[in-house]
Amino acid sequence: MDHTSFLERWFRRAALSIIIVFFMFPIFWIVLMSFQTNETILRSPPSMSFTPTLDNYMAIIAGRLDSNVASMGIDFVNNLMNSIILSVCSVAVALILGVPAAYAFARHKFKGSEDIAFTLLSFRFAPPLLVLLPLTLYFQEIGLADTYLGLVWVYQLICLPLILWIVRGYFEDISPDIEYAYRIAGHSWFSTFRKIALPLAGPGIAAAGLLAFIFAWNNFIFALVLASADKQPVTVGALAFVTASGIQYGQIAAAIVLSIAPTLALALWAQRYLVEGLSLGAVKG
Amino acid sequence: MEFLELASLSKSFSGETVLDEVSLSVQEGGTLVLFGKSGAGKTVLLRSIAGAIEPDAGTVVIDGEDVTSVPPEYRGIGMAFQNFALFPHMTAYDNIASSLTSKRMSASEIRTKVDAVAKLLKIEHVLSHAPKALSNGQKQRTALARALVSEPRVLLLDDPLRNVDAKLRFEMRLELPRLLADRGATIIYVTQDYKEAMALGDRIAVLDQGKIVQIGSPDDIYRRPANTQIAQLFGDPTINLLDVVPKEDDRGLHAFLSDERVDFHGKFPGVAGRHCIVGLRPEALSFTETDGFPVTIEAVTPFNEKTVTLVTTLRGREILLSQPAQDPVPPGPKVNLQIAARDAILFDRETGNRIAPEPDGNRVEEAA
Repeated sequence: MDHTSFLERWFRRAALSIIIVFFMFPIFWIVLMSFQTNETILRSPPSMSFTPTLDNYMAIIAGRLDSNVASMGIDFVNNLMNSIILSVCSVAVALILGVPAAYAFARHKFKGSEDIAFTLLSFRFAPPLLVLLPLTLYFQEIGLADTYLGLVWVYQLICLPLILWIVRGYFEDISPDIEYAYRIAGHSWFSTFRKIALPLAGPGIAAAGLLAFIFAWNNFIFALVLASADKQPVTVGALAFVTASGIQYGQIAAAIVLSIAPTLALALWAQRYLVEGLSLGAVKG
Repeated sequence: MEFLELASLSKSFSGETVLDEVSLSVQEGGTLVLFGKSGAGKTVLLRSIAGAIEPDAGTVVIDGEDVTSVPPEYRGIGMAFQNFALFPHMTAYDNIASSLTSKRMSASEIRTKVDAVAKLLKIEHVLSHAPKALSNGQKQRTALARALVSEPRVLLLDDPLRNVDAKLRFEMRLELPRLLADRGATIIYVTQDYKEAMALGDRIAVLDQGKIVQIGSPDDIYRRPANTQIAQLFGDPTINLLDVVPKEDDRGLHAFLSDERVDFHGKFPGVAGRHCIVGLRPEALSFTETDGFPVTIEAVTPFNEKTVTLVTTLRGREILLSQPAQDPVPPGPKVNLQIAARDAILFDRETGNRIAPEPDGNRVEEAA
């Protein structure tokens, strides 16, 4: 290795370190906060030395929020369950609908297929608030407001376009000859889809599903407007910590740590697919 | 009996005609070579037969049954793709077996058949490998095995030797005809290599811009090419094409090369005085001591089995001459050249089409 490449490596490391510190510090700080009481969090100047306490986690799991003024019940564990139910169901529905649709868009260029695909993508362009007001009225009319079904339905605005477009690129990357070869070998189109297209697009489908899961998990506005307390996911549930007697920073931090844990674990596990899936699938469209 | 028949098959993609009223037929057990440059429509034609592409018009008949709208899985076809099209997530064994798993067949029966075809193609030792662990030659053999294993009635081979190295291509060119003949299948073989076409086909169909320009035996195509283009595609070194205006007198039709009279044998009515092109195969020319026409030797290129000599006529027209390596090239530069005139092919200069001699017992047709 010559001198320039050593310098280059050194710069690269420095740049990466700065980026990591920039993005990881808030998370690191929140993890620290979650082990502190409100008093130690709010002291000035902030310090890293404190006696760690599990009180915040205990309070959240027990569902009791004790402040210096009063004690009130919160239902964070229920919120966490809601988040899991909503995200898992939304992604499942989006996969069941989106993967065959993506295959159709990739393989069968029918009249207007591009327009339909683009319309589906355009759901992502509009700000969610644009559709929320009419949706709320409709949902109240037809009884879908404050139901898991209604929320999963609305979450398709987030998940479906994502899965459709990523997976479509993946299907397009598969040589049609490979599918023809399987058909000519005597298999129906459906078994070709199942045995050839699906396994080959597997990494892309996994990546798209994971990404859709993260987007669904982090969604705030749909659930805020359309769900009442017992259907709220963690993103909305965290609002409960802003109480009349002050903001419970310690509990908020603990709640955040608990709520990012599932997606973080999932993302770490599927990291490989995510990078591969996005770089391969999304380029071609 | 005609086993496979295509009737005026047409296909266009976004306004561009790829197949233009293609009609051809292949006898049961026969081999037809589809020959043409890339982009001529060979692959599209093959896919229309396989059912992977639906033609805009025309019919595909296999064994008396119109299969034009029958999906590919019910056509009883085996196909080997130019890019192999192996299933990357399956082992070589599963790739080959995929042609059998769709049929009601026991696992042991499938194993017997796959093993037999693998042995035939000498790939038994790589059956457990994934396609990406195979060499190009092994991939090609696996693809071929997949097409052969189900003993299809019709076998479509899309330039299967295109993506393998020269040595392997030569080996396979020798091996394939025997391998295919044993199968008794009706075969359509696509290639861009005229030697392959000559070696493998009972008949050759030449495709150009979606149209069939000529169908015939390899000998037909070589000796009686339909136009100058086909004449140039077949043969190495390529045919000499010289502009001439033939004249007719009581000794018959003739033209002048290097101011010497060269006679054409056979009757070509109405050719005298027309602008023509005469096609002379390099191997139909030979050096001579006495008669013939004078030329100048420009370059001698010895190959192993033949010697190719470039000569020019008095008027500077270049002619290639090919002779067996053991025949001596006379010391130049001034030599005389002789034409085996029965091998001369006349083309119309305007259209490029061959002008056929009248078939009344003339020597040209006798020679065929």
